[in-house]
Amino acid sequence: MVRDGTWWNVERVSFLGQNVSLALHDTRDGATYACLSLGHFGVKLHKSLDGGATWEELAAPAFPKKPDDLVETLPDGRPWPWRVESIWSLEPGGEPGELWAGTIGGGLFRSRDAGASWRLVRTLWDNPMRKEWSGGGADLPGIHSVLVDPRDAHTVRIGISCGGMWQSDDGGETWRVSAKGMFAAYMPPQRAYEENIQDPHRIVQCKGRPDRLWTQHHNGVFRSDDGGKNWTSIDNVKPAVFGWAVAVHPGEPDTAWLVPAVKDETRVPVDARVVVARTRDAGKTWDVLTKGLPQNGAYDIVYRHALDVDGTGVHLAMGSTTGSLWTSDNGGDSWTCVSNHLPPIYAVRFA
Amino acid sequence: MPQVVFTSALARHVECPAEEVPGVTVREVLDAYFARHERARAYVLDEQGVLRHHVVVFVDGVQVKDRARLEESVPARAEVYVMQALSGG
Repeated sequence: MVRDGTWWNVERVSFLGQNVSLALHDTRDGATYACLSLGHFGVKLHKSLDGGATWEELAAPAFPKKPDDLVETLPDGRPWPWRVESIWSLEPGGEPGELWAGTIGGGLFRSRDAGASWRLVRTLWDNPMRKEWSGGGADLPGIHSVLVDPRDAHTVRIGISCGGMWQSDDGGETWRVSAKGMFAAYMPPQRAYEENIQDPHRIVQCKGRPDRLWTQHHNGVFRSDDGGKNWTSIDNVKPAVFGWAVAVHPGEPDTAWLVPAVKDETRVPVDARVVVARTRDAGKTWDVLTKGLPQNGAYDIVYRHALDVDGTGVHLAMGSTTGSLWTSDNGGDSWTCVSNHLPPIYAVRFA
Repeated sequence: MPQVVFTSALARHVECPAEEVPGVTVREVLDAYFARHERARAYVLDEQGVLRHHVVVFVDGVQVKDRARLEESVPARAEVYVMQALSGG
């Protein structure tokens, strides 16, 4: 999409009819990446150096061969294959050409050559606690959020469905779980506060104040003021605390946006009205933003990667499962519909 | 030699012309093919060398069941068809 005055136009269509799980525009070198999940033929990664006019296929992140005598099972006893099912996060690292990719399958991968080759981050994969992770909305666990700390790129946080948040402070050499305060309503009470079984749907970090993190979790919204060491439940979100997406203002850590839905067993907007919940006071109060959004008979769901805010914190964009795309030029006060007729939108990103 | 033929749905993504290759098992035949067309490998097999979940192979019309080891035998003049499974839509 390219902006033309106040309007957004479809400038180019790539990979029509294929599932694109995610895209990344890397401002460091101008490269654009598209992650594909082909229904029959697996996960693919493509790169464009001309804004999507032409694409080159790269080697996609893939696990090494699992030793034949190694039996790996998920917590429910089913086999855990070493297989990338989908690329679920893709972020620039601190070094030139460095990229991180999180996958459904549970593997975190790293490239040091701008996506030409990938290596599984063994330090995380070989951690015995990894086998306590489980799938959230998928058979296998997935890493949907990779947060490279803007102060020091050796600090990397990742969000896992379902495995809480994990953090490394040494560029991926060592890892620890960091989800204290999150609770899981889907677990028996005695296990509700276990950090490693939490299901954050999406975790975001304030660029200007990186100790402020926001999480939209499976059964709540959580905020951290200390880089993820401790999490506080924000239980007053209107109209609901359930959802997938969350965005935080790049310069104002107290300003965040959510797109709530009823709850996990009823995954539609509350009262069939698409709304955005915004706080400007760190979650004490919430505005329910509706201007320009459908308020009648709307069943659009906005998935975890389908809400984005640009570097100014003024412009927002979100896309829905029913192919609606909206943008805002005033922090969400009002929204403009770009189209109601796109294919299902899985991810939206400002380039 | 056996001939390997791919679904036209795959040709959209990667070069995979029908070719005769040596081999007496499905694994050998596919390995011989992918040695010539390396990019096609990851479209048919996953990183563990197992047939992708929604890919099916037929040897002279008989569906391959040994999806992990691919040790079923392939006659000398067999046709090996690599197709998309409708389980994958």
